[in-house]
Amino acid sequence: MQTALRTSLPETELASRASFAPHARVAREERQEERRVQTTGLPLSIRGLRKSFGDNEVLRGIDLHIPAGQFVAIVGKSGCGKSTLLRLIAGLEKIDAGSIGFGQDVQPEDIRVMFQEPRLLPWARVLANVEVGLGRDRASKDAHARAEKALTEVGLADKRDQWPSVLSGGQKQRVALGRALVSRPRVLAFDEPLGALDALTRISMQRLLERVWRDQGFTAILVTHDVSEAVALADRVLVIEEGRIAHDVVVSAARPRQRGSAELAGLEGSILSHLLSADDRT
Amino acid sequence: MSLIDSISLPRSVRLPRLDGLVQWIVPLAIIAIWQVACVTGFVPTRVLPAPSDVALAGWKLLLSGELVRNIWVSFWRASIGFLIGGSIGFAFGLANGLSQLSAKLTDTTLQMVRNVPHLALIPLVILWFGIDESAKLFLVALGVFFPIYLNTLHGIRTVDPQLIEMGRIYGMTDGELFRRVIFPGALPSIFVGIRFALGIMWLTLIVAETIAASSGLGYMAMQAREFMLIDVVVLSILIYALLGKLADSASRVLERLTLSWHPAFQKR
Repeated sequence: MQTALRTSLPETELASRASFAPHARVAREERQEERRVQTTGLPLSIRGLRKSFGDNEVLRGIDLHIPAGQFVAIVGKSGCGKSTLLRLIAGLEKIDAGSIGFGQDVQPEDIRVMFQEPRLLPWARVLANVEVGLGRDRASKDAHARAEKALTEVGLADKRDQWPSVLSGGQKQRVALGRALVSRPRVLAFDEPLGALDALTRISMQRLLERVWRDQGFTAILVTHDVSEAVALADRVLVIEEGRIAHDVVVSAARPRQRGSAELAGLEGSILSHLLSADDRT
Repeated sequence: MSLIDSISLPRSVRLPRLDGLVQWIVPLAIIAIWQVACVTGFVPTRVLPAPSDVALAGWKLLLSGELVRNIWVSFWRASIGFLIGGSIGFAFGLANGLSQLSAKLTDTTLQMVRNVPHLALIPLVILWFGIDESAKLFLVALGVFFPIYLNTLHGIRTVDPQLIEMGRIYGMTDGELFRRVIFPGALPSIFVGIRFALGIMWLTLIVAETIAASSGLGYMAMQAREFMLIDVVVLSILIYALLGKLADSASRVLERLTLSWHPAFQKR
């Protein structure tokens, strides 16, 4: 069973590459050139990455290159290892085998994570919560000013003196985004950041994410279970199945993207059918 | 316990302006009924003196200075005992909440000692310390230790691990993590411990003073019983009630000041 799966995988990978049109590949390379000029992001190269929890092998050899400033979405069924990949990139778990490189030495402030839960300190006011994001620069003189600037970027400047408990779910998540942005990270990893929000708040948060990514040019890695969110936001969608990258799909639609356009819907449909067909195989 | 009380109380029940007075309606009504019952002879004053007689006895003791001296002695014993037992309990709670090794080393022992009623130690304590101050302080400290220890430990252990992970990601040092995440997170639970401890503090002190003391409120009540001064006995009991209420109010004020972030303490 196991060996049969392994030999069958490269074939499906090839098939998927072919079905997602060669012209998309060209478009992606052009886009990369265009972004590389203005980006502050870091490139990511992952080689032979493996991770197990006990007997359970979650990641079974991931090879991946992400150019600086790219917006990559990672989708897959729950338990496929997508969150583990993100936690490894963010340095929250230890790597079993393989490597993750950023092309240069990185400071902790260069890489930030945003989670599904806002994880705000309930006993600190909004501004102080954003200041937490400055890391070692917390004590610096311009900490206040920088935190206020980040709060303005996420549109919550008027809530600076509130307690987190009085904010709505979407507002809390925006404070968490401000906290992640305040240190001007070069890689920003999102672990289903909008999973707990209602549909409308989610759409406005997606717009906000896209805007700050375009303004700041960090490399964005978004783990999500929502394929339509992935194709709406990302330059590239990775489908992970059983601890490996099963499909690598380029989304070449121009920005700003029209939600529900035929192009995005078609892409969403084909990624979903891949995810579902994996279901049928097992 | 206090936290649950204030959370479950619907806000609409609290009347504006009358807020502070409503809580005194029941105690005042009881005193009024008591007075009427005594004056009409329904309750013989040999069994229970009228509130007016108790007030008169209080006034006499106040003038002689005896009342103030005894309250002061008791208050001093309670505070010092509370500080000693509270700080030791807090220190153990911190140590065992933060360090696995420390918890393994001492928690089982402390749980065994906890199950001994501390008032059962009175005979032993009198043999060790006689009836001077240290005996009372020892008992109060011992009684106060456990609620503070248990609630500090519980508070630290239940701090949201996601917040701790967040603090680590954002580069907090151990000291910062404690100051900014763990301690504030444990504070509501620590306050629950303080309020339990305040109750135990008075209980222990009064029992200790009635059994072995030559001053203080408990001693005053015991002396009064010897001389059949029932009004003074009742007066002592009422003063305990007032002091208990006072200690509770003080901890509530402190709670409100330090937990203003907590949804239960926010004014709307």
